[in-house]
Amino acid sequence: MDFATVLQLLDSTLRLSTPLLLACLAGLFSERAGIFDIGLEGKMLASAFFSAAVAAATGSALLGLAAGMFASMALAALHGLASITFRGNQLISGVAINFLASGLTALIGQNWFKLGGRTPALSGDARFLPIDFYFSETLSSIPFIGPIYSELLSGHTLMVYVALAAVPATWWILFRTRFGLQLRAVGENPEAVDTAGLSVTALRYQATLICGLLCGLAGAYLATGMAAGFIRDMTAGKGFIALAALIFAKWRPGYALLACLLFGLLEAVAIRFQNIDVVGVGTVPVQFMQALPYILTVVILAGFIGKAIPPRAGGEPYAKERA
Amino acid sequence: MEKLHSVLAGAAALSLAGSAAVAEPAIIYDVGGKFDKSFNESAWSGAEAWKEEAGGSYREIELQSEAQREQAIRRLAEAGNNPIVMPGFSFGTSLSTVAPEFPDTKFVIIDMVVDQPNVRSVLFKEHEGSYVVGVIAAMASESGTLGFVGGMDIPLIRKFACGYVQGVMATNPNARVIQNMTGTTGAAWNDPVKGAELTRAQIAEGADVVYHAAGGTGIGVLQAAADAGILGIGVDANQNYLQPGSVLTSMVKRVDSAVHAAFSDGPEMETGIVEISFAEGGIAYALDEHNAPLISDEIKAGADSAIEMILAGEIMVHNYFATDSCPDS
Repeated sequence: MDFATVLQLLDSTLRLSTPLLLACLAGLFSERAGIFDIGLEGKMLASAFFSAAVAAATGSALLGLAAGMFASMALAALHGLASITFRGNQLISGVAINFLASGLTALIGQNWFKLGGRTPALSGDARFLPIDFYFSETLSSIPFIGPIYSELLSGHTLMVYVALAAVPATWWILFRTRFGLQLRAVGENPEAVDTAGLSVTALRYQATLICGLLCGLAGAYLATGMAAGFIRDMTAGKGFIALAALIFAKWRPGYALLACLLFGLLEAVAIRFQNIDVVGVGTVPVQFMQALPYILTVVILAGFIGKAIPPRAGGEPYAKERA
Repeated sequence: MEKLHSVLAGAAALSLAGSAAVAEPAIIYDVGGKFDKSFNESAWSGAEAWKEEAGGSYREIELQSEAQREQAIRRLAEAGNNPIVMPGFSFGTSLSTVAPEFPDTKFVIIDMVVDQPNVRSVLFKEHEGSYVVGVIAAMASESGTLGFVGGMDIPLIRKFACGYVQGVMATNPNARVIQNMTGTTGAAWNDPVKGAELTRAQIAEGADVVYHAAGGTGIGVLQAAADAGILGIGVDANQNYLQPGSVLTSMVKRVDSAVHAAFSDGPEMETGIVEISFAEGGIAYALDEHNAPLISDEIKAGADSAIEMILAGEIMVHNYFATDSCPDS
């Protein structure tokens, strides 16, 4: 494996990790505040559809992004309504959102575009196009650092950089601001937050909406950055991989980045090298490579990397008094 | 008397219409969806063409999951639909179970053989069509490196790949073909993001013409090829219009004419195995205004002579199904 191949592999890893990372951070906000969210997948899907639909209609990727974020946040608000206001089961609400998004996007898509739930292919300004850094052409001739700069770091779409920037931003918000402290407290011990005179409901709604916003970014990236249009069920389980990454990362932003990059790398490797020859083992079939993220998840969940302890009040609807 | 005649004729027409309604044909689309711009859509356009021509109507079901397969066939058969057409190899096992239960109903399956007296199995010689687009690809390629992106890793798709590689190698023995499959489940037919990523990987390795046989996933393949300024090759339906100027050609499989023929033949159709290739016009390479500038006279001559030699039996394209292996790789 030469240097150029490694660079291409890492380049592909960055592209493939981005939707996972955004969804993972979305889940991080929500779960840190005590709201389990297995509806990441559905929110991404809704955002993917509405961003592609609006981008196709207006020819503007940014308007599409706004529509996608709005759709995703609307679903997040619905999740909040069900699980915070009405104290429903968070898992069931999440599953419902996944089904709702999968069905609604196909139905509305068919009704609007008559293309079988697909949006028209996007082109030009309706997509987020790769951004080339300054001097990437001139610097590419410098050995080692040049190609890293011009191939690996430069030439991605806006959302890739947004996702990377969201990692330190999330860390800063959660661990260095008053809001973050309150958010974490509400996920560990909502009674204490309530006693301190803060609204558990308001904090949890805010966390859910931030989750919706980030899922919206992830979905819009899928439909208008990575691909060029929406296709039925195009998220293909990315929301669940993001959840696995979240557990893997033990609900911490920095580790979330590493976990998502790892899952992205595995996917990139499975795409690039479909049959790998391992010395002493023989050929590793492509099926194994494609199953690896899932196998890894099981291993991780079995406690291989130490104990992953979720926020203590996670999944519990908060009631001031027992009725 | 004149009046009586017309009344009688009217009654006859009515009764005919009545029986036609009972034996309404039906079609079941595979999980990829009716509008996949590829296989299922081609079947749909065949059904629509029949509807326009014959003025009849037909029933259709679009499968949402694997579990509905048997149920859908049985429901249509019980409702008296005849014949029932199902495009897609995945119907094979379900149809083998259901067909004996309805001996008076005719079934048509495309891309698969189901050995029952009331089933017509339509097979396309995709290996021959893929061979010809392989010839075209090798002539259009400048780098000598070509790509192939398959959908689900099944023998049928290996058959496409094998024919393609043979065509490439026959034209340029020094060429290299990078082959990738998208996945091993049905989801592999509808994952354009992964299709695009596979294509980018192949482009990075030097491929400048990429052929896909991947249903909806192929939309991502053609998109990535167009984005990178290289050429893609479409499949099943004529996909030249998807990225005009960046799709070299399409290996057209006239699924529509197979569906049309089945609907026209009606309940009295002949069953058994029907093989379709260039001679029947069921397989072709697409040439239209979108790719005319890409297909030079030289390429066209090369492709046409390959077709002639296949028809004359001078070129025997190896069929992957025959041995479960491919001589070239």
